[in-house]
Amino acid sequence: MKDVRTMHQVEIATTKNALLDAPEMTLNMGPQHPSTHGVLRVVLKLDGETVIDLDCDVGYLHRGMEKIAENRTYTMIAPYWDRLDYIAAVSNGLVWVETVEQMIGLDVPRRAHYIRTILTELNRIASHLLWLGTHALDIGAVTILLWAFREREEILKIFERQFGARLTCHAWRIGGMPNDAYDDFASDVKRFVDNFPKRLDEYETVLSENRIWLSRTVGIGVISGEEAIAIGLSGPSLRGSGVAWDIRKARPYAAYADMDFDVPLGENGDTYDRYLVRMEEMRQSRRIVKQAIDNLPDGPVNAKVPKLIKPPVGDYYHSIEGPKGEIGCYLVSDGTQQPWRVRVRPPSFINLQALKQMSIGHLVADVVAIIGTLDIVLGEIDR
Amino acid sequence: MLFALLAAPSFIDSLLLKFFSEPTVNYVIWPFIQIGLVVVITTGWVAYATYLERKISAFMQARLGPMRVGPWGLLQPIADGLKLLTKEDFIPENADRWIFFVAPYIAVVAAFIVLAVVPFGPDWAVITDVNIGVLFVLAVSSVGVLALILAGWSSNSKYALLGALRSSAQMVSYEVSMGLAIIGALMFARTLSLSGVVGAQASNSIWFLLYQPVGFMIFLVSGIAENNRAPFDLPEAESELVAGFHTEYSGFRWSLFFMAEYTAMVVVTAVATTLYLGGWYFPFVYRLTEAKGYHNVYVVISLLVFLAKAGLLLYLYFWLRWTLPRFRYDQLMDLGWKWMLPAALINIVITAIGVTVIQGLDNPSGMHTIKSLSAGLGLTASGKVIAIAFGIINLFLTAGVLSLINWRSRDFNLKKQRRQIRLVDLPKGKPAVMPASPGDVVSEARP
Repeated sequence: MKDVRTMHQVEIATTKNALLDAPEMTLNMGPQHPSTHGVLRVVLKLDGETVIDLDCDVGYLHRGMEKIAENRTYTMIAPYWDRLDYIAAVSNGLVWVETVEQMIGLDVPRRAHYIRTILTELNRIASHLLWLGTHALDIGAVTILLWAFREREEILKIFERQFGARLTCHAWRIGGMPNDAYDDFASDVKRFVDNFPKRLDEYETVLSENRIWLSRTVGIGVISGEEAIAIGLSGPSLRGSGVAWDIRKARPYAAYADMDFDVPLGENGDTYDRYLVRMEEMRQSRRIVKQAIDNLPDGPVNAKVPKLIKPPVGDYYHSIEGPKGEIGCYLVSDGTQQPWRVRVRPPSFINLQALKQMSIGHLVADVVAIIGTLDIVLGEIDR
Repeated sequence: MLFALLAAPSFIDSLLLKFFSEPTVNYVIWPFIQIGLVVVITTGWVAYATYLERKISAFMQARLGPMRVGPWGLLQPIADGLKLLTKEDFIPENADRWIFFVAPYIAVVAAFIVLAVVPFGPDWAVITDVNIGVLFVLAVSSVGVLALILAGWSSNSKYALLGALRSSAQMVSYEVSMGLAIIGALMFARTLSLSGVVGAQASNSIWFLLYQPVGFMIFLVSGIAENNRAPFDLPEAESELVAGFHTEYSGFRWSLFFMAEYTAMVVVTAVATTLYLGGWYFPFVYRLTEAKGYHNVYVVISLLVFLAKAGLLLYLYFWLRWTLPRFRYDQLMDLGWKWMLPAALINIVITAIGVTVIQGLDNPSGMHTIKSLSAGLGLTASGKVIAIAFGIINLFLTAGVLSLINWRSRDFNLKKQRRQIRLVDLPKGKPAVMPASPGDVVSEARP
């Protein structure tokens, strides 16, 4: 068999030797377009329907979060972080509180760590389900979207009972949690954990073996491991190219050090591999949730937090494995109640940089599939 | 009550004859009544096809679908229609106004006009029986492409233009295999009249589906592709091209395109029913009604049979649409030219050989295979068995030849390229604990 890469890529050499001196067409995809996942604007240069050049224009959702953070105290900044990647508000919130906790050297109780692990993993599943639905929708399978939303709804119900909000939940407090898990928390989570694998298998029967799905994803948007590292891809997009890197394993935070789970790795780094990796990640997340809920320790959920949080002067960086990749927080403290500078390491923004490399030579329809497979959220790209 | 209704045609006929001469009644007034009925019924059918589609998709997607307007949302199509009628008819600034105006009408007319030759039932349930009905269907339904191209071009929008280009290429390429697929059925029918095709099936008590399994499949796939329905809905692929050729249309004009799409679906299902599923023919209906003298009962039951068969195929459309992902443009062309077209050609060859063999076996060997040639190819039981055997051989042969043609192509080898992902248990690193003392920090903070 030929190399996957050369096999699937459309010949673009024809453009150079074109008989007609026809100029290429420039097509503006977005900012209002059904499948740019928000307000991303992609300027495509097309030869027929083949993409020969591509440029991303971001910033339509810019809210100046990093600047706002310079004028807020450490506790006040936390809710802003939930609005970065609004699909995974719980994971995003965790980066901020963990960073601050580690800056001031707080010892968070074990129970809080466990509940954090459960809820961030549930959030990962919810985020991946949304990705699955929209990715399938972009490729034309509409039904999957609503099926995925059905499962996501179960998770959002748990969130609603725990945090009082479904999407923009402000989940954590510095030093622990606002309140302990609600009474039926364990049974709700266990019910979800029991039902989920069946449902996931159902989705896989519709997509994984489907010829059309295969022909739309196999060999599309190929990126090798080295290229992926060079661009700075992280999360499932990186693991789809076969790079074994997972912050949950490499630098365990929360209660991940106690958990037993595997990391799925792709081989060719195409859209299909990334699809498989994310599907498997959902299974592994379920495994983590199951372990955590079975071994949920008792005890308090809050550490003793000083009234005024004044971290020592210095630079700090902490990152976690978010659903989309490495969410990092770089923080410069000048010893006051407010940070001197906050910088987010946004996984979606960095993953988006691979779009050009992945798309050139493919067709317009593939660009849509590749945007879907990168799993971007514009709230985080534009900040 | 039912009988009163069924007696109505003859009653109206006698009433009309009191006022008009017989030719006027037969050739002017009755056709107009039929046309009116067909248009009204088809429009209703189309409207409720949208309702059904929404309900069926809701059923597949674990939700309820329209529930608010009327009981179970039954009045939803009417509410939608009213909404579309009252919306602003927006025309883009630099659009080619006249073409922009005309395109939706061409689409609707091209879709509706085919219904003139479709035999919905025997006797008075056909508007007109053109002796080249099949050609008429093919010719007129391809006029629909024109509407899409005009709409896409006149909108002055790149998305619309891309959609129009895609649709024209798609419809033209699938029309070829569609036309070729029909030929197999016509060899058994020995006529191009659609009523004649049904008559050939009815008088032989068989559906051509049994003789022509490959032809039916090609026809159906090409039909779905020609209607631009999922998984071939590239021209209006909403995730790529927003709405394709009708991106710039709104309100009433948009609803005309919508109606044209659904009518075209009804037409293709109707033609497929006629050609392969025996049209209005159903076993025992004739013997139980017409033979006992209930002519109008016969016609109405046949009509219902026809609608049921067409409805079943329509359900298939919905089912596919809400299950499958969408093809890519080049893959669609691959499917059309590398799979459908060769399959249609093989189908013609095998069917021709089959018919020749049946004719050859008839006389010299003393085997009796042909009953009569008056209505289609009238086969005896042994002739039918041979024909069906050829149909089944055809299935395998076509599959064989297609894999021979495509064995090196990407699509054929997809399963081989399918991989399993690896699961690795990475070693656990040190927990992420940050240095708490200011001495260990990365760099000095700025003032």
